[in-house]
Amino acid sequence: MEPVTSVEGRAIPFGAKNVDTDVIIPAAWLKTISREGLGEGAFETIRAQDGNVFDDPEYAGAPILIAGDNFGCGSSREHAAWALLDMGVKVVIAPSFSDIFAGNAFKNGILTVALPQKQIDRLMEVAESDPVTVDLETQTVTTPFQDRFTFEVDPFRKHCLSEGLDEVGLTLERDAVITDYEQRAQADMPWLANKKTQSEGKAA
Amino acid sequence: MASRPLTLYEKIWNAHVVETRDDGTALIFIDRHLVHEVTSPQAFEALRLAGRTVRRPDLTLAVPDHNLPTTPRLDAAGKKIPIADPQSAAQLEALEANAPSFGIRYIDATAAEQGIVHVVGPEQGFSLPGTTIVCGDSHTAAHGGVGALAFGVGTSEVEHVLATQTLLLKRSKTMEVAVTGELGPGVTSKDLILHIIGIVGTAGGTGHVIEYRGDVFKKMSVESRLTVCNMSIEAGARAGLIAPDETTFAYLKNRPLSPTGDNWDKAVAYWSSLKTDPGATFDKVVQIDAADVEPTVTWGTSPEDVVPIGGSVPSPSSFADPSKQSAAQKSLDYMGLTPGQNMTDVDVQNIFIGSCTNSRIEDLRAAADILRGKRKAENVKWAIVVPGSGLVKQMAEEEGLDKIFIDAGLEWREPGCSACLGMNPDKVPPGERCASTSNRNFVGRQGPGARTHLMSPAMAAAAAITGKLTDVRELVK
Repeated sequence: MEPVTSVEGRAIPFGAKNVDTDVIIPAAWLKTISREGLGEGAFETIRAQDGNVFDDPEYAGAPILIAGDNFGCGSSREHAAWALLDMGVKVVIAPSFSDIFAGNAFKNGILTVALPQKQIDRLMEVAESDPVTVDLETQTVTTPFQDRFTFEVDPFRKHCLSEGLDEVGLTLERDAVITDYEQRAQADMPWLANKKTQSEGKAA
Repeated sequence: MASRPLTLYEKIWNAHVVETRDDGTALIFIDRHLVHEVTSPQAFEALRLAGRTVRRPDLTLAVPDHNLPTTPRLDAAGKKIPIADPQSAAQLEALEANAPSFGIRYIDATAAEQGIVHVVGPEQGFSLPGTTIVCGDSHTAAHGGVGALAFGVGTSEVEHVLATQTLLLKRSKTMEVAVTGELGPGVTSKDLILHIIGIVGTAGGTGHVIEYRGDVFKKMSVESRLTVCNMSIEAGARAGLIAPDETTFAYLKNRPLSPTGDNWDKAVAYWSSLKTDPGATFDKVVQIDAADVEPTVTWGTSPEDVVPIGGSVPSPSSFADPSKQSAAQKSLDYMGLTPGQNMTDVDVQNIFIGSCTNSRIEDLRAAADILRGKRKAENVKWAIVVPGSGLVKQMAEEEGLDKIFIDAGLEWREPGCSACLGMNPDKVPPGERCASTSNRNFVGRQGPGARTHLMSPAMAAAAAITGKLTDVRELVK
């Protein structure tokens, strides 16, 4: 995963609230067995409308997306994060995010920045003509006009994002404590080990 | 020292902490992992590339559902009928190959046990009270209906669970949805959850796990509880819970993968302790009076856009929030509705009875009760009934429900996700309306330009008969 440090560039002033993952990437695009190429289907229903912000040449390749409340609600499809990445989006700024989307974004090295609506409104204004800078180290969003907004980020996520760490690899290093847990669980809740499925699985 | 009273969520969480980190996150053990064809191929690919294995194949169950056409799967000679769409076929083949190569139990598309993951889990006794259950699908929340902490995950988390059987999580906040009183005649669990989402809003439960509490839920069948918990995600909550009780235990006893013998007794003793302690507090409480719940339908393009069937299409100006006003206007434009229009004057051309929300035997019985001896309206062009699993299908056929549907002019299909999500051949044509028992009325969800009205199976059956949105209570008078 590519480390995220500082992202500077144009920000797509989308602004819509309750953007669900069916809007970010419609289900017809989920038939892929790869993570790549989904940018083409991103925001397909919105792109079908004339004068939409995503097809405005001004924002071609923009690394930042600004949206409204509850961004990424609905389906858990990680294809939404892959589609954004494939479009070139590295940061999404919104007042709030759905829990599942925020997790998916993080796991793909997309930084989700939550800011109050008032600051979002200001960034939407700036984005019309000028670039925006998002810096993970200082946890700030800045503009060429002296705007400086700070945001919260979970320390673990910050560490992983800035180092580009693979979470699966990190957890695999905890093998011993997981094994301890499994032994405790086997003693306390012996009905949980699913021997029947295991033997059937191996026979397959 | 007496311990602090705990909520059901906290009890299940505490029982699954592998280790807690300094930053407050915890490594949580996952007891059950359901895998389907759409959100797993990239996870298996990543494992393969990194040379990793599945830690606990015995805790993992794979079944295709999303992509699978609901037309017959075997020809007259018993041979598999190929899937026309090459991309769908490739995705299904990937699961069929990945499952055995990683030692995971796989239910084939042609097996009687096949079905929608969230129907299969409880039906097989794979989903058990007090377990942690994940699946790469947001409607995993459904399994909260058996008292499991169940939630949807993305593909990277699918990979993480396959490799480590754990997830790194932050403890959620808790929300109590307390329902007092009783549901009126003709009012179902689907009406109740739509009503709740209307009140909580689609973001109201974000960051929370909901526990549904009150006599209404105690009296509900497990099927109805699964319907309620299923749509927790539509209120923004990743998981919803209903405490397990005798009804749950009776439902699970003798299921193929349920514990047996001594283990069953031990399990029931433990499961009986899984309830929120008196005096435990929730971060958020929502009070609902069941008497306020009417048969409910959606008018807009968000599951929170609900209205009682006797109501009318709201005016955008009736919303206080200016952004909700503009969202409502957009929804009405998309839905082709006018403010003030009676919901019962809205014509429908399509009927979909199915999905992980409403495709269990109880749902099919409720729809069949309304359709028995009746015929669908002329203006209803496409009407399908899609059982949640092959076993539900068998049971329905033994009860003769398939004949009732077919005689009424509805199609009786093979199990799968079908027209809930517009990724398999079952789609609603652009500009047309669908009375649907599914869970999402998003723009384009049932196909590009499709207009979805969410409702209960009985209400969808009523709409099939009259050709418009209808108060089912009028038909059973």
